[in-house]
Amino acid sequence: MNTREYMLGNVAIARGIVEGGGRVISGYPGTPSSEIVDTLSKMKERDFYVEWSVNEKVAMEVATGAAMTGVRSVVTMKHVGLNVAADPLMTLSYMGVKGGMVVIVADDPGCHSSQNEQDTRKYSEFSLMPCLDPSTPQEAKDMIPYAFELSEKFELPVIFRPTTRISHGKADIELGEITEHRVQAKFEKDTSRWVMVPSNAVVRHPHLLSIQDGIREELEISPWNELTIKEDSKIGVIAAGIASVYAKEAIENLGVSASYLKIGAYPVPEGLIKKMYEQVDTVLVIEELEPIVEDRCKIIAKDMESSVKIIGKTDGTVPRVGELNVDHCVKALADVFEIESGLPEIKEIEMELPPRPPAMCAGCSHRATYYAMKKVFGKNAVFPSDIGCYTLGIQNGTVDTTLCMGASIPVASGIYHSGEKQPICCSIGDSTFFHTGMNGLLNAVYNKANITVAILDNRITAMTGHQPNPGMGLTSTGEVTKEINLEQLCHGLGAEFVEVVDSFDVKATIEAFKRAKDYEGTSVIISKQPCIIYARRTGVRLTPFKVDHDKCVGCRMCVNLGCPAIEFDKETKKSTINTTCTGCGLCAEVCKFDAIKEVQK
Amino acid sequence: MSSKASKFDLVISGVGGQGAILASDIIGKSAVLENYNVRAAETHGMAQRGGSVVNHVRIGCDLGSMIPLKGADCLLALEPVEALRYIDSLADDGVVIMNTEAVHPVTVTTGKAEYPDVESIVAELRKTHRVIAFNATEKAAEAGSRQAMNVVLVGAVSNFLPIKTETLLERVKEMVPPKTIDTNVKAFEMGRSMVE
Ligand SMILES: Cc1ncc(C[n+]2csc(CCOP(=O)(O)OP(=O)(O)O)c2C)c(N)n1
Ligand code: SF4
Ligand code: SF4
Repeated sequence: MNTREYMLGNVAIARGIVEGGGRVISGYPGTPSSEIVDTLSKMKERDFYVEWSVNEKVAMEVATGAAMTGVRSVVTMKHVGLNVAADPLMTLSYMGVKGGMVVIVADDPGCHSSQNEQDTRKYSEFSLMPCLDPSTPQEAKDMIPYAFELSEKFELPVIFRPTTRISHGKADIELGEITEHRVQAKFEKDTSRWVMVPSNAVVRHPHLLSIQDGIREELEISPWNELTIKEDSKIGVIAAGIASVYAKEAIENLGVSASYLKIGAYPVPEGLIKKMYEQVDTVLVIEELEPIVEDRCKIIAKDMESSVKIIGKTDGTVPRVGELNVDHCVKALADVFEIESGLPEIKEIEMELPPRPPAMCAGCSHRATYYAMKKVFGKNAVFPSDIGCYTLGIQNGTVDTTLCMGASIPVASGIYHSGEKQPICCSIGDSTFFHTGMNGLLNAVYNKANITVAILDNRITAMTGHQPNPGMGLTSTGEVTKEINLEQLCHGLGAEFVEVVDSFDVKATIEAFKRAKDYEGTSVIISKQPCIIYARRTGVRLTPFKVDHDKCVGCRMCVNLGCPAIEFDKETKKSTINTTCTGCGLCAEVCKFDAIKEVQK
Repeated sequence: MSSKASKFDLVISGVGGQGAILASDIIGKSAVLENYNVRAAETHGMAQRGGSVVNHVRIGCDLGSMIPLKGADCLLALEPVEALRYIDSLADDGVVIMNTEAVHPVTVTTGKAEYPDVESIVAELRKTHRVIAFNATEKAAEAGSRQAMNVVLVGAVSNFLPIKTETLLERVKEMVPPKTIDTNVKAFEMGRSMVE
């Protein structure tokens, strides 16, 4: 049987969880981590429990509970999710676990789909939890069963940190055996372990420190680190995680001879680093994002009073921001070897290319809500917003702020309490509202913020790939569950003005926004209409629209909505609707000349 | 010059939603079946909402998935502007295979930017590279569905890949929706015949 399969890195990681005997897997979606839980949720035969939790803190705590009972658990999230889950993380390292627990945190160097490019390895240093940093999708899969065992050995969760190029890379993967490991869950009462009151915490902190040497020794001999000494060279390269394959290719391309240490686990292998120092007088450290290995290397050199010269990010040889690639490594190596890099010259493209930023889909309900919102509040109003597909409304002038998930309502409150005179209307998606928006609304009502909150309820978590959320009445595996009613929830949080509208009923939405604006206090508009992409996947078809060119005067009102289905012909000065129209009807609503009509069947 | 680390480096560019991932999947899966190591990098996430997307597929490679600058043997572009946007990834002796059917970004439809004339894009590319340009969307429509444009282009690039045509065709049949197999097989063959 051929056990080699071509798969996405995140699918390989999901496979690693199955091979390693993960029993409880929780997560909150976030690019580039989402496909791990997506994959596990779609498996037809499952002998594990999997859930989309409402946020990363909750997900971390669910996985923690499971690991307390002795079963193996996993929590998944994107890098910024760990900020939300940092509170349980930092005490969990004192408390430790019984069953193996893997904290999967996917980093996004280069901010492909993120608001920052923080480095999760810092959390490993901070929490004193070991961290595995895969260099290929194969290694990513193989690391998971190892991580469970490491975690059980030291009774401490292990952080596993893929990056975008691992999670969203594809490779041929050699599948492994599925472990026989089965543990009957049993919560054993032990207040000294599970109750982190000060008297127990002060005991667990030194315990955590005391196991660090053992962890380091164990990782030192793990297959994730790899040292090759070149006796003919005085230069060494230390490269971590995915940068190690870029560095290897660069060494091959340049044809230089260098000792090479690949690092795939933290704390870093001090013994291997010291061995390299015995051979070389210069070390180039290549790693993505923060100079973590580099700093450790410097400390180790200082401790052993070695004169080895350490080159990396601090001196500017390796970039500290963004993703690395082979070309960066070639350049850095050429600098260190004092040779020509041979990198090709790149000519500027002479033609001006139109930028192609992502945009809300044709017929996205958010566009309709934003249209109504802006019409009522005017362009001078302040529009704090949040994170989701609706952030793409930056093109429509209705996204004035985006900080982190759930920040829209508190930021709006802060702007109001500062004495800002313009009206304030913030927007937040349904999933984001369940994630951390609820606390913000409670706070706004409690502290009497005179703002309007628009909940853009497209009935799904769209941006990250259409995951279900509590408003849908479906769990991650598609099981029917209680559908959380947003209106009742807002009332429960104290909001007295709560109105639900159909986003595509533009007139009614405008009227509702007017009432909300006039209301003294925190008003909530829930604008409801399923994400059109998801709706179409479930078979919904609306009649598309077309422009009557006899009536179109070329005023561009429809064009300015930014719907990708509407094109403007500069020669004829008329709008046209292309085949991507999904029939939301917003443009017909906006046209003052009655030129846009449903296509007659 | 293409990289020593890989036998064949392919860059696929296009617009989110055009099916660049299916195209790279057909090729990647086929290559694995022919016993190559494969490394691929894909654009998922935010850019998939109609943004510019690019996939790297490295056949016969066991290192990283990112093709070095001017390292690709072939640039397969599902959209004309997206061909020119990623031309820096192509080796001097590499070949461009491109669809000439333009997809206007919102910056163009809302009048903030101009879409260059497609013929001048092709001419610009021809200054430096061998270019195979044709309207793959029309070909796909002829085959039965405009959606099969990506498979037309996979057919075209099959002339250059170190993979047997049958292996690719089998994957096409396996990976497209069952109802569209005939259309896609036709699309593949039409694309394949576009290269002499
Ligand atoms: C702390 C954190 N977790 C996860 C994400 C990833 N993320 C970005 S948008 C989003 C959810 C968006 O869903 P919703 O609010 O329903 O808006 P939609 O995309 O459906 O419009 C998530 C999970 C993030 N940016 N930050
Ligand atoms: S995926 Fe859905 S929510 Fe996101 S932009 Fe498209 S229609 Fe809007
Ligand atoms: S009806 Fe108008 S606004 Fe809606 S998708 Fe079609 S063209 Fe776009």
